Amino acid sequence: MQSNEPLRLSLSNITKRYPGVVANRSVSLSVKSGEAHAVLGENGAGKSTLMKIIYGAVKPDEGAVQYNGQSVQIRNPQQARALGISMVFQHFSLFDTLSVAENVWLGLDRTLSLAQVTERISAKATEYGLDIDPSRPVHTLSVGEMQRVEIIRALLTEPQLLILDEPTSVLTPQAVDKLFVVLKKLVSQGCSLLYISHKLHEIRELCSACTVLRGGEVTGVCDPREESNASLSRMMIGAEPPALKHQDRTPGALLFEARHLSLPKEDQFGVNLVDINLQVCAGEVVGIAGVSGNGQRELLYALSGEDTRAAADSVHLDGEAVGRVGPHQRRQAGLHFVPEERLGRGAVPSLSLSHNMLLTRSEAMSPSGWIDMQVLQAQAQKIIQQFNVKANGPQAPAQSLSGGNLQKFIVGREIDAQPKVLLVSQPTWGVDVGAAAQIRSELLALRDAGCALLVVSEELDELFEISDRLYVMANGKLSPSIQRKDATVAQIGEWMSGLWEPHAET
Amino acid sequence: MLKLELRPQASEFWRYASPVLALLITVALGIGLFVLLGKDPLRGLQMFFWEPVKSAYALGELMVKATPLLVIALGLAVCFRSNVWNIGAEGQFVIGAVAAGGVALLADKETGRWIVVVVVLAGVAGGMFWAGITAWLRDQFHANEILVSLMLVYVADMVLGYLVYGPWKDPAGYNFPQTKTFEAVTQIPRLMSGSRVSVGLILALTGVAAVWVFLFRTRSGFAQQVGGLAPSAARYAGFSSRKALWLALLTSGGAAGLAGALEVAGPIGQLTPYIPSGYGFAAIIVAYVGRLHPIGIVFSAILMSMFYIGGELAQSRMGLPKSITGVFQGLLLFSLLACDTLMAYRLRWQSGRA
Repeated sequence: MQSNEPLRLSLSNITKRYPGVVANRSVSLSVKSGEAHAVLGENGAGKSTLMKIIYGAVKPDEGAVQYNGQSVQIRNPQQARALGISMVFQHFSLFDTLSVAENVWLGLDRTLSLAQVTERISAKATEYGLDIDPSRPVHTLSVGEMQRVEIIRALLTEPQLLILDEPTSVLTPQAVDKLFVVLKKLVSQGCSLLYISHKLHEIRELCSACTVLRGGEVTGVCDPREESNASLSRMMIGAEPPALKHQDRTPGALLFEARHLSLPKEDQFGVNLVDINLQVCAGEVVGIAGVSGNGQRELLYALSGEDTRAAADSVHLDGEAVGRVGPHQRRQAGLHFVPEERLGRGAVPSLSLSHNMLLTRSEAMSPSGWIDMQVLQAQAQKIIQQFNVKANGPQAPAQSLSGGNLQKFIVGREIDAQPKVLLVSQPTWGVDVGAAAQIRSELLALRDAGCALLVVSEELDELFEISDRLYVMANGKLSPSIQRKDATVAQIGEWMSGLWEPHAET
Repeated sequence: MLKLELRPQASEFWRYASPVLALLITVALGIGLFVLLGKDPLRGLQMFFWEPVKSAYALGELMVKATPLLVIALGLAVCFRSNVWNIGAEGQFVIGAVAAGGVALLADKETGRWIVVVVVLAGVAGGMFWAGITAWLRDQFHANEILVSLMLVYVADMVLGYLVYGPWKDPAGYNFPQTKTFEAVTQIPRLMSGSRVSVGLILALTGVAAVWVFLFRTRSGFAQQVGGLAPSAARYAGFSSRKALWLALLTSGGAAGLAGALEVAGPIGQLTPYIPSGYGFAAIIVAYVGRLHPIGIVFSAILMSMFYIGGELAQSRMGLPKSITGVFQGLLLFSLLACDTLMAYRLRWQSGRA
């Protein structure tokens, strides 16, 4: 114990209230210099608010902050960066219309030119193996790529205290290992880490201290390496997450198929789809692994019917060629889809939950197109109850729900339609542990009812948990499929880099 | 000091209170304006808010002016809710008037009363055609509909000018740039004698109900709005954005054309170069003050009509320039834009610095 050296960061009795909720109640936290400190908790436990307070993006109502032994009031992120505090946000703070380099430039001091910034980005990117083109506009990046930009932006400030909010959710296992090498190096150089995650094995690998939050309050401070998953879960959610029951099943008839699906990219930063072949059978969950930005987005657009440029017979739904048919008709033929973006695509933010039913459901609509509001309300209410969605009734606007609850609603809306085939993209991205477990078990229940499921996810753990069979996507191509029980994380990780050819060719 | 604080979600209260507050601010600024001009502010307010409602006849005139504003604004509400920015309702109004006028000129003494229906339909078709040009250019070439529709206003004025100064000029009209007065059979039927209020008012109120039903009770209306609020969600749901564009522009163009027909075959009774009265532009303000909601638009159309009549009265009785109407319209729009801040933000008083 180096008791002489002041703590890198010490928070005492931080309280932050928002209208209607207390995000943090009397939270204390201390981080030593050169310590990797985990902050563990469900979504909505107040982790993000606490980090934003440290980063100066949010002002606490009560409490004191000490940094390197000095009492400080961090008024804004610029001041935080001047102190050597850097943060990688879970929700990206990037401007869509600007390029990667311009976005990074905004957060740095003004003495550098854009060309210098571009150069430094490329240097950092190579150093840490974070592949990114600095000249690309941000709106063309996938979620995973945006997170890479955030990580690079934080590293460029050479921080003393680096805050990372769920940074690994979009990385391949190999890239996670690489990132951890970087982070461990930073720690050995004396940089302190605040590492927010719900992945217990990561926390144990990286961190030597852990503060657990639940409902805005600290429920435990421990050394994660000395705790079991069960004890950490108990601190985090007050109970252990329910285990998924998973038995091997024999899949039924072939319901959904892509045959030699090739599609040139829609915009210059998209990905070309090259000769995609995939099959999904009734009563089977098929997973597609891969780092985002490798064509998943384009593939899902083509499969769901939002992109109808593909050849008609390149997509088959229940024996029919549907490649040229739009989403509405595919839905009527039994294909439903849960998109990756909840707000703005899966749901209209400002409209009520009941109105959002109408995006994909037409039970409340007469053949002439007349909407029966009572049927609609009842329908939304049923989903709210059945899927345990925390919402202020069917009239609540979609944007008033937390990410997890809105995802439960959208997944519920599609499951309730009793689809023959369900496509799901990132089913639990940014969703708390409890909701994620619920969504996964609902998906498995749907499979057991005979639905064909195709799940695209960046979280390998999740795919291994729910899939029967796996594909991997890389550079717009799809690997051959592999039974989950035959797959290993290392092998899938290798395939994520596109290294499955040629021996496994079917 | 006063501070704006972001609300967790947009306030429903201020959605409806904001236009009322905007009106109060407009009145307050109006009083200041009258004082500065050396006029009695009470009398000024009387012109705008009492004179237009003090008698049955005055109320009738109020409705005569409110009708075209209401009709055009209803169409624009559908259009703006679809995220399609038709700024050229004025031009569609003019072409609607021209088309209706052209049909009306064909009538002679023997023509039956049925011609009125054709006159009105011609107006609707004319407005649709003019808006259709904007839709087509946007659809085919991604031309900006704001610019195209606005520019077409001036083209429409030219078309009207060409006709009334040229081929359609009344030979017996002492060379005035106007057509001959339409035959009586082409007149939009009036509701009662002694007032200029016509069946146009009934059409407009039917339109209110129709737009409400369309927007809030039909699949196409829903699709239309989703396309405006969240284009990706519309694509996800399978709602066609091209269809939404055409529907939005044809609806608002048709409505503006209808208003043009009602005006030209109603109170005006002939084509003159003074057909473009600014209704098409004023209706944009009407639509927004009415929160793009059909019921709200009824109230804002009446309010705007008061401004028109009050402005004319202020001109004739108080010697104020006619542009006072435009000033009031502008004040109202700017106050509304400012007050709308309160929907997304709340005002908080903060003592000193935190």
